Amino acid sequence: MSLDNSLVKEKLSSKFGESLTNWEEQYGMLTFEAPRELNLKVLQFLYDDENLKFRFLTDLCAVHYPDRAGEELAVVYHLHSLENNVRLRFKVFASANQPDVYTATNLYSSANWMERETYDFFGVNFIGHPNLKRILNVDEMDYFPLRKEYPLEDQSRIDKDDEMFGRGGSHN
Amino acid sequence: MSEHAVAHHVRLPDGSLQKQTTTINLGPTHPATHGVFQNVLEIEGETIVSAEQTVGYIHRAFEKLAERRPLYQVTPITDRLNYCSSPLNNMGWHMTCEKLLHIQTPKRVDYLRIIIMELARISDHLICNSIVGVDTGAFTGFLYVMQYRELIYEIYEEVCGSRLTTNIGRIGGFERNFNDIAFQKLEKFLKEYPGVLKEFENLFNRNRIFMDRTQGTGGISAERALNYGFTGPNLRATGVDYDVRVAQPYCSYQDFEFDIPIGTTGDNYDRFMVRNGEMWQSLRILEQAYRKVQEFKGAEADVYHAEVPEYYLPKKEDVYTKMEALIYHFKIIMGEIDIPPGEVYHAVEGGNGELGFYLISDGGRTPYRLHFRRPCFIYYQAYPEIIKGSMLSDAIVTMSSLNLIAGELDA
Repeated sequence: MSLDNSLVKEKLSSKFGESLTNWEEQYGMLTFEAPRELNLKVLQFLYDDENLKFRFLTDLCAVHYPDRAGEELAVVYHLHSLENNVRLRFKVFASANQPDVYTATNLYSSANWMERETYDFFGVNFIGHPNLKRILNVDEMDYFPLRKEYPLEDQSRIDKDDEMFGRGGSHN
Repeated sequence: MSEHAVAHHVRLPDGSLQKQTTTINLGPTHPATHGVFQNVLEIEGETIVSAEQTVGYIHRAFEKLAERRPLYQVTPITDRLNYCSSPLNNMGWHMTCEKLLHIQTPKRVDYLRIIIMELARISDHLICNSIVGVDTGAFTGFLYVMQYRELIYEIYEEVCGSRLTTNIGRIGGFERNFNDIAFQKLEKFLKEYPGVLKEFENLFNRNRIFMDRTQGTGGISAERALNYGFTGPNLRATGVDYDVRVAQPYCSYQDFEFDIPIGTTGDNYDRFMVRNGEMWQSLRILEQAYRKVQEFKGAEADVYHAEVPEYYLPKKEDVYTKMEALIYHFKIIMGEIDIPPGEVYHAVEGGNGELGFYLISDGGRTPYRLHFRRPCFIYYQAYPEIIKGSMLSDAIVTMSSLNLIAGELDA
């Protein structure tokens, strides 16, 4: 019997009950949210289950939603069950003040750098990570650049004539 | 002054006199690493005891940049990921947008895209394999096949006007139809390249020196490779037949017949052979695609994009003569088109693995968040494990045969 999204959902719901929420199926990919303290349990269950076999971590990244008070940072896992050729995505949310999420490095070696990258850009603190330090940015950096509070360009710069570009100056 | 006295004035780090191993910096700019890669190696004699990579030397904040750009302006960013096969990245990005926007592309567009994508795959593998040759001491193969990369670049040039960072195609299709010269060059390529590839294989495949240098070095098991998130030729060399083109066909790959070459041991030789095998398969796909494209006659042969006026830039002459085209031109260029909200992950088989685009739109004019799944960033983590215990010279070959591209690694 081939695996499809409804079966994955059924299996997960029977294991974790009501704690998994916001089930969606956008563009064919099953998506749900999990409490952040359950992230490893969900990953482990998806890995171990004989029918599911989600054993390939395709991608791990974060998204910053500054408007969601108390759960500003989403860590997004993309998993792939290569045997069944099914993908799924799930998210855990953490607050920007205390962004603690358990590391997936014990399950996936590939999570190591992906988590370092996520830490580097969003400041997510992966508890238990063997080497959680910046990876792409310089070590001296003291902020997390992909968070939304850092606009791409310093809007307060006064050393250039913004009037030429239709912003700032006498127009506003 | 005696030697002893000098030694007293040189301040060495603590413990360095007692240490039995030597620390060397391989890179960041080392002629043998073909890119900005730094490895701090701990070696005993010529054997590597441990290694640590430093990455990020050419980080350009692509994901941040993308958050301020309308969709069509993200394409040039993708060029600069794996710049040995830019068209693959471009097409992957266009298809991600089309998936988000529910755009159905005509068959002819799909086939034309496949022509470009497979040419890009060949040029990617060509570089990688010939560089493996260079690193094992065989320069001839590299110079020989470079002519054909040039021919591929000339085909790109006919289609989009540029060569390395191509920015090829648009959301919905191509910026213009393929002209006769492009098809003539493609015919020339299809006619001449098999002979060249055969000769390239003759130079390497059963070459004693090459086999001794590559067999049994840089190997990784299938289990470890999967755990490390390997994809593409590097994964297939370990014996896992995962190819996005087959697993989740996009761009009408299901209409084509081709095989997935795999290896067994996942060592440098297997990776080399898998890439060579894939070039033959790409040629097969190219021939089929070219045949299919030729079957379109009359008005059908003029189809090179989908009808999506909100995202596809109109022709310049229309902009000057038609109101509608002028409006869309203005809105697209100024980035005034709202993207429907949604979350989409789309993956294509890139030159060195599964290239994924995770795009979140909140209904604004630019992506809310765009994340690139860059295959070589993910599999480069395994490098210390692969080279541990091997010779320094093998580590160089291993790095080349993993097909690391600094642009993709550092984003």
